[in-house]
Amino acid sequence: MLSRTADSLFWLGRYSERAGNVARGLGATLRMALLAHPVSRADSEWRALIIATGCEPGFRALVGETSQPGLQDEAVRWLTLDPANPSGIAACVEAARRNGRTVRTALTVDMWEAINDTWIEFRRLDSSAIRGDRLPGFLDWVRSRTLLFNGAAADTMLRDDAWRFCHLGTILERADNTARLLDVRHGAFAPDAAADAACYAQWQAVLRSVSALRAFQHVYHARLDPARVAELLILRPELPRSLLACYRRVESTLDVIAAANGGQRGECHRMAGAMHARLRYGRIESILEGGLHDFLTGIIDQNIALGQEIAQMYLSGRQM
Amino acid sequence: MRADGGIRSPYAEMARFLEATGQAALDQKRREAEVLFRRIGVTFAVYTEGGDPERLIPFDVIPRILSRAEWDRLASGLEQRVRALNAFLADVYGPQEIIRAGRIPAELIRGNEGFLPQMVGFTPPGGVYTVISGIDLVRTGPDEFYVLEDNCRTPSGVSYMLENREAMMRLFPEAFTRHSIAPVSHYPEELLETLKSLAPAGCSGPPTVVVLTPGAYNSAYYEHSFLADEMGVELVEGADLFVRDKIVYMRTTAGPRRVDVIYRRIDDDYLDPEAFRPDSALGVPGLMAAYKAGNVALANAPGAGIADDKAVYPYVPEMVRFYLKEEPLLSNVPTFMCERDVDRDYVLSNLDKLVVKLARGSGGYGMLVGPHATQEQRDDFAARIRARPGDYIAQPTLALSTVPTLCESGVGPRHVDLRPFILFGRSIRMVPGGLTRVALREGSLVVNSSQGGGTKDTWVLDEAAPPAGSSQSQSQSQSRAAAEPPPGPPANDPAGGGS
Repeated sequence: MLSRTADSLFWLGRYSERAGNVARGLGATLRMALLAHPVSRADSEWRALIIATGCEPGFRALVGETSQPGLQDEAVRWLTLDPANPSGIAACVEAARRNGRTVRTALTVDMWEAINDTWIEFRRLDSSAIRGDRLPGFLDWVRSRTLLFNGAAADTMLRDDAWRFCHLGTILERADNTARLLDVRHGAFAPDAAADAACYAQWQAVLRSVSALRAFQHVYHARLDPARVAELLILRPELPRSLLACYRRVESTLDVIAAANGGQRGECHRMAGAMHARLRYGRIESILEGGLHDFLTGIIDQNIALGQEIAQMYLSGRQM
Repeated sequence: MRADGGIRSPYAEMARFLEATGQAALDQKRREAEVLFRRIGVTFAVYTEGGDPERLIPFDVIPRILSRAEWDRLASGLEQRVRALNAFLADVYGPQEIIRAGRIPAELIRGNEGFLPQMVGFTPPGGVYTVISGIDLVRTGPDEFYVLEDNCRTPSGVSYMLENREAMMRLFPEAFTRHSIAPVSHYPEELLETLKSLAPAGCSGPPTVVVLTPGAYNSAYYEHSFLADEMGVELVEGADLFVRDKIVYMRTTAGPRRVDVIYRRIDDDYLDPEAFRPDSALGVPGLMAAYKAGNVALANAPGAGIADDKAVYPYVPEMVRFYLKEEPLLSNVPTFMCERDVDRDYVLSNLDKLVVKLARGSGGYGMLVGPHATQEQRDDFAARIRARPGDYIAQPTLALSTVPTLCESGVGPRHVDLRPFILFGRSIRMVPGGLTRVALREGSLVVNSSQGGGTKDTWVLDEAAPPAGSSQSQSQSQSRAAAEPPPGPPANDPAGGGS
């Protein structure tokens, strides 16, 4: 496969997944902000989300440092419709389609329609789509479009390199997102965190954002507690959005790609294997002891490095 | 429809069909067609307008019909013309006998920007320059077709020919069971076979063919990706290729892979920054060196554009006589070259009867349709011609035929042209028909998609339709045609990525 095609498929997978993930993060924060009083607490919820999605500098430039009336509206607009935010839903939809269009022939009709219809629909939206009562419906729609795209890819693509690179982008992005969603609320997982109603709501929000509130009950049959919640999202193989589940698939997908491209392996294969092993044999107690925030930022950094190694090996078109 | 208002026999059954179907059903079909095209993403980027950058080219659901006998006559003429154009290219980059024989003025070639000195003395693979050409035709009578222009660089539109047919088969399956319509869907296979036949001698195993595109922002990008997909080959951009030791490779996930044949859809100037424009980011450094070393085939050959230059066009009939020792089967539209004093005087005193074009214009921009222009516009053009006579050519208006077309107010006559595509590898291949473009505005002669033109499916009927009974629609169409203003020749796209 052309390196550029692999690159576009990889980023198509990433951006499509990211659009859905931003909607997930927003949904959880919206819920928390409704519960939070006073307003300053709600505002810090929004700022935390903006930091987690990696688009804080642009937002700071937009609204300044301090709390102010209407911060929530600004944050929502920044994360949804503002094309100036490279991590916002608008930019993700645009970038997913742009990448999809350049590899139109590598996609199935169902995948293309999932991307293209989203893009067409998105262009029709105005600011009323994210106002007040319509926001939850909008976020559900974005999530459902990502699910449709993933379903179309899983159900209609030949299992060749096109599928593998698209899938690799999707799960690498998902791992990144799970780490970030958890990291936004790492305070609620600190050993000294009070197990009060506010913390409980935080744990719930985390689970909700990865569609795992019910899954928690099915796995643990117990009340929410921080160690179990963190374990579910980081170390449990059953949860498809857990870090372990994502890295298991990153590693196996990279293995198949190596086999299909002449058997050569590189640093990306070693890193993916090492990250998978660390999660597979990790224990939640030691992770929490060492500090959840440090652990998660470590994962996020390694994830970025892994993405660079994958690009180096397959996407940038090495000449040898 | 004929210029005198009658209906040609291949249309007789269509006339009955249109009457039976009715306006409402046709409108419904038109809407279905639009949804279809939008969904599969057949779009065309229009540079000069605001709004939606990816616009649909309007598709007319009423097909344009040719009989097999008509097509066969056209096909012989097209083959003859393409052979003559190739012989001309081989000559002009070789011994230049046609110039020495005094049949074409030397300065026409020497000073022409379509002439590439880099190609002098080099013979492309198979001796073929115009592997894919599109010849634009208009019809003025039952057996009278004129060539409006030749497209020898990167003619586009074949994807619309194919998608239009797919859409018609989906919208009107009944019609396809009643008529025996010559298929066109094998075009991509024919194209691939033609391209493979040009593979360099040193190529071992099945040749690797690629389509080279300027990228997703090119107006014809959809076509590039469509053809690559249909042929099952890679669609590459310049940055996907590199040259080492005069061999072309593409960058793949499994490392470099050798490329044998490149169907390039980027213009000569941008092909190779080392050989042509140094600022081009679209091309591949070293590509021309690899090409001239015989390690890769390019379709079409660089420099083929000299054959479709508007100033060279008047000499094509002469090329047929000179190289093939035959009389041309297809006629040129008589063309006045404003550079010549006699021609210019005639043009300036007959602007109200002529169509004036830029000798190197594109996409129907910068032209004057004399009979439809205001005095002010004509004066403006007269001044421009006096200032730069070499930039302009003029042609008389022709009594163009029209075909029935679905318009806002019902079915009405509209002017059309026809672009058949001719493939030239070891032999010449064509699929019957081509792309029909239609001027959707009443009385308009401009068929360019950038100027409000649309397209139609083109049917070559393998056998004559059953004899027509007299019908109401015939006489209605007749009165409509009589009320029309006198037509001139339609404008059309020249070659190039933008057409």
